[in-house]
Amino acid sequence: MSRQFDVVVAGGGHVGASLALALKQADPRLTVAVVDPTPPAAGPDARASAIAAAARRMLERLGVWGEIAPHAQPIVDMLVTDSRLDDAVRPVFLTFDGALTTGEPFAHMVPNAVMVDALLAAARTAGVEIVMPDRVIGFDVTDTRADVRLASGATLAAGLLVAADGVRSKLRDLAGIGVVRWDYGQSGIVTTVAHERPHGGRAEEHFLPSGPFAVLPLADDAAGRHRSSLVWSEKSATADRLVAGDDFTFGLELERRFGRRLGALEVLAKPKAFPLGLTLARDFVRPRFALVGDAAHGIHPIAGQGLNMGFRDVAALAEVIVEARRLGLDPGRIDVLERYQRWRRFDAVEMGIVTDVLNRLFSNDVGPLRALRDFGLGVVDRIASLKSHFIGEAAGIGGSTPRLLRGEPI
Amino acid sequence: MAIPHAQGTVDAAEIGNFEAMAAEWWDPNGRLRPLHDLNPVRLDYLKREISARFGRDAKDSRALEGLSILDIGCGGGLLTEPLARLGATMIGADAGAANIAAARAHAEAQGLAIDYRATTAEALAAEGVRFDVVVAMEIVEHVADLPLFLREVAKMVKPGGLLFLATMNRTLKSFALAIVGAEYILRWLPVGTHDWKKFLTPKELERAVEASGLSVLDACGMVFDPFRGSWSLAANDLDVNYLMVAERAG
Repeated sequence: MSRQFDVVVAGGGHVGASLALALKQADPRLTVAVVDPTPPAAGPDARASAIAAAARRMLERLGVWGEIAPHAQPIVDMLVTDSRLDDAVRPVFLTFDGALTTGEPFAHMVPNAVMVDALLAAARTAGVEIVMPDRVIGFDVTDTRADVRLASGATLAAGLLVAADGVRSKLRDLAGIGVVRWDYGQSGIVTTVAHERPHGGRAEEHFLPSGPFAVLPLADDAAGRHRSSLVWSEKSATADRLVAGDDFTFGLELERRFGRRLGALEVLAKPKAFPLGLTLARDFVRPRFALVGDAAHGIHPIAGQGLNMGFRDVAALAEVIVEARRLGLDPGRIDVLERYQRWRRFDAVEMGIVTDVLNRLFSNDVGPLRALRDFGLGVVDRIASLKSHFIGEAAGIGGSTPRLLRGEPI
Repeated sequence: MAIPHAQGTVDAAEIGNFEAMAAEWWDPNGRLRPLHDLNPVRLDYLKREISARFGRDAKDSRALEGLSILDIGCGGGLLTEPLARLGATMIGADAGAANIAAARAHAEAQGLAIDYRATTAEALAAEGVRFDVVVAMEIVEHVADLPLFLREVAKMVKPGGLLFLATMNRTLKSFALAIVGAEYILRWLPVGTHDWKKFLTPKELERAVEASGLSVLDACGMVFDPFRGSWSLAANDLDVNYLMVAERAG
């Protein structure tokens, strides 16, 4: 006899864990399980993520921000340049004032491991069943439930199965949902560096011909070292060569891009390369099945929106499920889930296209294009407001912000 | 049980229309999808008003625990099942035996205990059963004798209890949107589902309800947003679809 849950979430990363927590907090009667293959004792994830103000408000509402805050670095200033590698001076064409009108920093850099641990611990405390390590190997959807098979041999009966298993989602394939994919032939090199002088909370993004090079400020570590996180895009072959090569060459190439403004550099974490692409699921939902986070839409990290879009999915899906339950409706039914899809798909497609265009525009060294973008990209920072005013509002879709992202309870 | 057709409150031709659709009641991509889309707003209104009357928390997913509710003209149970999930003790009644069969089968698969009966309002009223809440949604425009129907239904509302009605207004807009638009152009509903001449204005319905001995508390419109593909409550727009709630003084 399978154990029964209202919602089973496959994937215990920040998206899966926050969804489970949000559901359980809003409706304690919901039975929720999270299945994840990562053994709890696996090595810490060295990556860090930029958390936008709205996502931070959601983490506050979920009661985990207090634990994350001591490890979070507010981004109070942002510098964007467009340059060739050898340019002596990189022209600054975009700066952001770090604070929103409400006086809060527009983003925080948060170590992934800290955030995921805090979310999982809070979910467990709230009564979410954490099935770990285990993984979903298959499922069958009937009229009333999804029968979920796990690698351990156990089976779960779920009113709704949510795939939060990343950009190469196995469950998405099992559900037969196709994807639209653009491969950039680029990889993002991710690592953490220490530097002599403090960064002052400033984030930098340099649009180099090979791709964007982003420096994101981290909180000082326990030893008091000043640190930054790097996302460094290169052609995939170059990126693979760099991370597989010797430390000396990597350090040299790093310094050519990073510069010496913050003094001597030291690479703290083994650099890793992640292939970059734009992956969009053709559907976000099926009967008794929903995709969230990167499983629904993996976007180029150029705008730093991937994780924040994942949180938007979580806030929207949690609200749709909880609202349905409050009306006595069955949240696994396709007509309920389509509300989530309508709410999120528009945003995801549009953000995917914006970041794709930005990347194509910048990842080259063609003179006229460079002049054009230097002229035209003063408006990049206005894309967000253009988007909401013209498209979202006028079409009446994708317009409203889920309650959790406004810092309100569902 | 003998089902009195073509007599009393039941219009035999009307019942036949829905029986043909019984199997389709729960198909999310079927022709009754519009009713599934309408369901959230109807339930929102019901839950809000019932919670206010009986002192329940409208955010609680079991807010209707312990309340007895009759869903008259329940069809395939689109409204009956959610109310049962919210904790109410439900009776679903419909004059169409095929509807009741479809409703029973579906509720059983969902693990919901609902007392479904193929019967009419007058037959139930004659049994002397009384309820905290009686719900008659999208049915008054289909009954043969409205004053009789409302009199029988009103009898079953306990003192202090509520009666909910939902129907369509007889306006030019409802003719254009519901009959020509929904039935003929969009093919959302089978042609002939609605007879515009049988639609009631809120004033007419209110008079008929008051004549049955209940007092009308509120009426509220339901408006479709074609861009969002969803419905919302609109207190001031009763031009097409609207809800009405009445009480039996306690």
